Amino acid sequence: MSHFLDRLQFFKRKGEAFSNDHGAKVHENRSWEDGYRRRWQHDKIVRSTHGVNCTGSCSWKIYVKDGLVTWETQQTDYPRTRPDLPNHEPRGCPRGASYSWYIYSANRLKYPKVRKALVKLWREAKLQHSDPVKAWESIASNPEKSKSYKERRGLGGFIRSDWTEVNEIIAAANVYTAKTYGPDRISGFSPIPAMSMISYAAGARYLSLIGGNCLSFYDWYCDLPPASPQIWGEQTDVPESADWYNSNYIIVWGSNVPQTRTPDAHFLSEVRYKGTKTCVITSDYSEASKFGDTWLAPKQGTDAALAMAFGHVILKEFHVDQPSAYFTDYVRRTTDFPMLVMLEQQGDKLVQGRFLRASDLDGKLGQDNNPEWKTIGVNEADGTLVSPTGSVGYRWGEQGKWNIKPLDGKTGSEVKLQLSLKEGHDEIVEVAFTYFGGQKHELDYFQHTAHDEILLHKIPVKKVKLADGTEARVATVFDLTLANYGVDNGYNDPNCAKSYADDLPYTPGWQQKITGVDANEVARIAREFARNADKTQGRSMVIVGAALNHWYHMDMNYRGLINMLMMCGCVGQSGGGWAHYVGQEKLRPQTGWQPIAFALDWSRPPRHMNGTSFFYNHADQWRYEKLSMSEVVSPLANKEKWSASIIDYNTRAERMGWLPSAPQLGMNPLKLVKDAEAAGMDPKDYAVKKLKDGSLKFACEDPDNPQNYPRNMFIWRSNLLGSSGKGHEYMLRHLLGTKHGLLGKDLGESGSIKPQDVKWHDQAPEGKVDLLVTLDFRMSTTCLYSDIVLPTATWYEKDDLNTSDMHPFIHPLTQAVDPVWEARSDWEIFKGIARTFSDLVKGHLGVEKDLVTLPIQHDTPAEIAQPFGVKQWWRGECDLIPGKTAPAMLVVERDYPNTFNRFTSLGPLLEKLGNGGKGISWDTKKEVHFLGELNRTYSEDSIRNGRPRINSAIDAAECVLSLAPETNGQVAVKAWEALGKATGLDHTHLAKPKEEEKIRFRDIVAQPRKIISSPTWSGLEDEHVSYNAGYTNVHECIPWRTVTGRQQFYQDHEWMRDFGETMCVYKPPINLKTTSPVMNSKPNGNKEILLNWITPHQKWGIHSTYSDNLLMLTLSRGGPIVWMSEDDAKTAGIIDNDWIEVFNVNGSIACRAVVSQRVPEGMAMMYHAQERIVNVPGAEMTGTRGGMHNSVTRAVMKPTHMIGGYAQQSYGFNYYGTVGCNRDEFVVVRKMNRVDWLDTE
Amino acid sequence: MSYLNTLLFSVYPYIALAVFLVGSLIRYDRDQYTWKSSSSQMLESEQLKKGSLFFHVGVIAILLGHFVGLLTPTEVWHVLGISASFKQGVAMGVGGFFGLVCLYGMVILIKRRLTNVRVRATSSRMDIAILLLLFAQLVLGLLSIFVSAGHMDGAEMLKMMHWAQSIVTFDAADAAAAMVGVHWIYKLHITLGMTLFVLFPFSRLVHIWSVPVGYFHRNYQIVRAK
Repeated sequence: MSHFLDRLQFFKRKGEAFSNDHGAKVHENRSWEDGYRRRWQHDKIVRSTHGVNCTGSCSWKIYVKDGLVTWETQQTDYPRTRPDLPNHEPRGCPRGASYSWYIYSANRLKYPKVRKALVKLWREAKLQHSDPVKAWESIASNPEKSKSYKERRGLGGFIRSDWTEVNEIIAAANVYTAKTYGPDRISGFSPIPAMSMISYAAGARYLSLIGGNCLSFYDWYCDLPPASPQIWGEQTDVPESADWYNSNYIIVWGSNVPQTRTPDAHFLSEVRYKGTKTCVITSDYSEASKFGDTWLAPKQGTDAALAMAFGHVILKEFHVDQPSAYFTDYVRRTTDFPMLVMLEQQGDKLVQGRFLRASDLDGKLGQDNNPEWKTIGVNEADGTLVSPTGSVGYRWGEQGKWNIKPLDGKTGSEVKLQLSLKEGHDEIVEVAFTYFGGQKHELDYFQHTAHDEILLHKIPVKKVKLADGTEARVATVFDLTLANYGVDNGYNDPNCAKSYADDLPYTPGWQQKITGVDANEVARIAREFARNADKTQGRSMVIVGAALNHWYHMDMNYRGLINMLMMCGCVGQSGGGWAHYVGQEKLRPQTGWQPIAFALDWSRPPRHMNGTSFFYNHADQWRYEKLSMSEVVSPLANKEKWSASIIDYNTRAERMGWLPSAPQLGMNPLKLVKDAEAAGMDPKDYAVKKLKDGSLKFACEDPDNPQNYPRNMFIWRSNLLGSSGKGHEYMLRHLLGTKHGLLGKDLGESGSIKPQDVKWHDQAPEGKVDLLVTLDFRMSTTCLYSDIVLPTATWYEKDDLNTSDMHPFIHPLTQAVDPVWEARSDWEIFKGIARTFSDLVKGHLGVEKDLVTLPIQHDTPAEIAQPFGVKQWWRGECDLIPGKTAPAMLVVERDYPNTFNRFTSLGPLLEKLGNGGKGISWDTKKEVHFLGELNRTYSEDSIRNGRPRINSAIDAAECVLSLAPETNGQVAVKAWEALGKATGLDHTHLAKPKEEEKIRFRDIVAQPRKIISSPTWSGLEDEHVSYNAGYTNVHECIPWRTVTGRQQFYQDHEWMRDFGETMCVYKPPINLKTTSPVMNSKPNGNKEILLNWITPHQKWGIHSTYSDNLLMLTLSRGGPIVWMSEDDAKTAGIIDNDWIEVFNVNGSIACRAVVSQRVPEGMAMMYHAQERIVNVPGAEMTGTRGGMHNSVTRAVMKPTHMIGGYAQQSYGFNYYGTVGCNRDEFVVVRKMNRVDWLDTE
Repeated sequence: MSYLNTLLFSVYPYIALAVFLVGSLIRYDRDQYTWKSSSSQMLESEQLKKGSLFFHVGVIAILLGHFVGLLTPTEVWHVLGISASFKQGVAMGVGGFFGLVCLYGMVILIKRRLTNVRVRATSSRMDIAILLLLFAQLVLGLLSIFVSAGHMDGAEMLKMMHWAQSIVTFDAADAAAAMVGVHWIYKLHITLGMTLFVLFPFSRLVHIWSVPVGYFHRNYQIVRAK
């Protein structure tokens, strides 16, 4: 009762002694123990997860006590796996476990904020103009006024505002921009919807309704592996982590599993106990290295050389010397190995051309539908040419023959395609193969070899008579591949190796000079890998990560290792295949989510834009481009054709309908339709006419024209400027118009060759964006540079959906507590903006018609638009036909005053046009009707009368879940039925057992649910196999969505041939020339050294939390750090924890050095996304605050990623397009003399 | 004047003692988690080790001296044959020595508490106030030595012994009377002393109640009964 009185019970307290007086039992008041009990007591537990960046997708228990979130622990209630498979739980990592710190931290955004310089102007303008749109006009159209706040970006000065005011500024700016410049001058950036689908959908739905652009992220992050669309026609599809446990041989290649896939790493540990052998390939001694039975450390950026040598051994031993029956059968059925390629005479050489097509042959082999898209093989039985079913030509325009059963497309009879023409060839000819490994590196860091750039190989060919009467030589991809790998198939080819030690591409001996990896080890690993796959029918796997994908020639790295998997029959087999885990997402209920996110229920198509081209373009990174295409194209390519600048190829791709544009045309698309109507013409015809006569241009031809600026930008769920923004300093200067640390000169200043197609303005624009709005829950680097910062709900304060490709479950984010202070969920924020927009737009815009240009989309009938050659309409090489030789042009109706009503209700287009994805569609009236009953409908006098409600985030979630096959069994059956029509096979058995299963929001709040198998994905979710990509292709004979319908070793598009990338080759890192202009230009007395710039995922920050998290900062060094090797540190006189500066022409970084044996010589590693808001002093080179990891990078694009209108090489949002690579970069590193905190700034 | 004298020296002592005892009791019973010395050694150790040692040696000796010197009845001194003037001399000498020891420690501690960023940031206002008040009390005590040196007969000292003993024997009127005519510096010293008693339960001084001497002889393993 009283502690004091208890103390007085002196004699009673004294207890009995035991153990020779070593212990004593006392009678004390124990109520103090309740304090510790209370520490772990709580009022409730709510299920949520970490919502944006983390593909771990772990379900967490969020503890709430006294109305506050107190801590989080891992959920342990995932549905069980099979008896022979370890369970998933618990899933989580220290980053996730420290997230709740943010909610009440000092860094939490609590109120809407506006930069003072802007809000002052706004409040003054509001006194003069009663109409907020006019008020915004008075600021935005006045260069002096707008400069006054733009130049303050990043320099603080935020003041508190309120929701009414910020919504009014944002809506007024949007209305003014849409009206004056066009709605496509408004853009939004938000990444990885799978992690919080409804939050993503909120902004995307608003933008799509008003006609703004959604920018892609997967490609911009350089996490998209272009090799995947090229080979499979699939963005990315990978095994779930549980499938690692089914594997018997795993190569972990450039992926730091324990660090970046922490919740999944246990499967890798567990499978090793089962006896699976592992080989880890990383250039640094990463945490993953210890998982390896073997650790190989190739020089970073040379992985393709290693992969080619592996392939050499596999082909030699398992396809030529002693062919594996399993491999042979697999590659014959599921790859393009047996397909015929035409060899073309170029000068005195025969070069690799395109696939032979049915249309080339006499009578088109009896194919009337799309004969130019039907590839040809040789029937082994009689040596005749056949067009096997499954190529993309069978996909469109006819039904029932799009499958990869070994059938003749004409007769339907079974055929066995001939892999090699060794037997039954007409002659053996010499064919030219290009070799890039002889290119010298500018800094001599990467090794080159002395081989010729053109190597001739002996190839067995067949002579084929073509429809035009000429004769062509054709070879199989298999034969070409053997030659490409330098494997002799008995033709005594002098350029093929006799032994592994030969110094010929691509032997193990050859690679040793480039990668530094022991040739014998390479042969051993390749042999083990293939032997295991042979014995287990493909249970060999490669887990691969960003380390390979962030290089300019990432597709070579990836194709190299994917080739290994295809040669060994691993793709699509349980426990085998390509496990790429790089910022990937799997938005499992994708087809249910798309209509909500992109407002497809009200208007189609939405405006999508590929992020890399957008930022390269608008941040004026092209004005500084120093990489000439002649440096990277094939020695066989026409150099004249490749003399233009990278931006030129991008604009050509846009005009040919390959890539999207944002903004789209050089004028306001609303006005264009009005002009067309005034001229009495169809808007499309009008636009075509004006484009042809040159009076209308694409916006991309003049990005520095004020008419084409990206005027308004929204960023939500993202830290664009603190993380993914390659060319950070370019963005600061040109997009934002504020203080920057750019050290280089543009092409005008340096007198270099300027772009051919893009208009050059001598005066580079600064501050193209009028209004940058960021939604976040913390004051991130991006917020710091924004004009308006909106406080959003944290991941424990909102309702949302979450899926991943790491596991098969769907589970929610739920609101553990109300958003604190004045924060609101993303859904509520965009709903609020939509409401104010609808009010303010009246009198400015009404029901408008908007001309939308749409690039040729993958998985649509248009994807087979351009079968032969590259034709540019503006040069008169072809006519401008929208959707065929140029982007499609479609008129979309925008009901601006009803934006809010549309936002909050499910529109009528789903009933009218149905729903679908990836090339199939189905009727969805039943689901819409169901949603009307579930969510209730509106009954009011407006356009949303009778429509199902999407008022709350949960309403939106229910729409997603009901419309998607993955969460609604009856839709899954419909989807498989729809696919069955195309393939001519019945696939419904894959979903029938789950037809009556329907997953709703409250179900997943109760427990994560396993999703239902759907044709949107190539793996199955059932009781018998773990999810594995390509499984249904292999086992259900569903074609890959490529030209041949098979996995492709060979790429035959003209630009692929120009780049010498018909087949995988080794291409060394490129020369970016960013260090020599600044090295030793401004000495500080310390030695300057050059290092290769590597920016991997970090240990203490992403994915599930950020690097300003105090708990994580405490565990690391408390600020930005760069890792370097002991040798380099010694050379530069740097010791651990020294302040160093890292710089090149792109900018500069001030940070501390971590000197570690982990890092190989020549490499500097900076974990990416270390905020520039914590512990960052001024840099000596720039005099400004010292940057972030992208301050020393600039995006460089590769034209092969721009290809479009060509089956799998067609555009899709986040599917194909330019990627923002950054690892070929070099930096100057030196010790700092003076650390200036710029405290007066 | 006599009102103030009565208030300060016959009423205030009881208020101070009451607050001191009742306040300590309430805090001990209600706020066990605040019953601590609030050591900042984790934030700064070097200065603390030095300052704290000198301070504690000094202050413990001084407090002991005050306790024995003020509360031992005059008769006892007679029996022991110790004259007032001799006692005063010893008090001045020993007290002065330990006073200087304590002063040295305190200067270090005050400097540390005010200038060390980490310690300063975690200090409450009471932490700083108590330290400064103790410092003031110490300085007053040291100054009083110079006053005492002016009359080495021990008469002033006897007055204060009388006051202290009157207080503890509840002879309040006598206590006030004993203090009439005592030098102001003593009055200030005593008033501030009583104020420290008032502040005691509200500050980190409560740790004095709980010196963990038991640790030196307790069993290795203590288990608690249910």
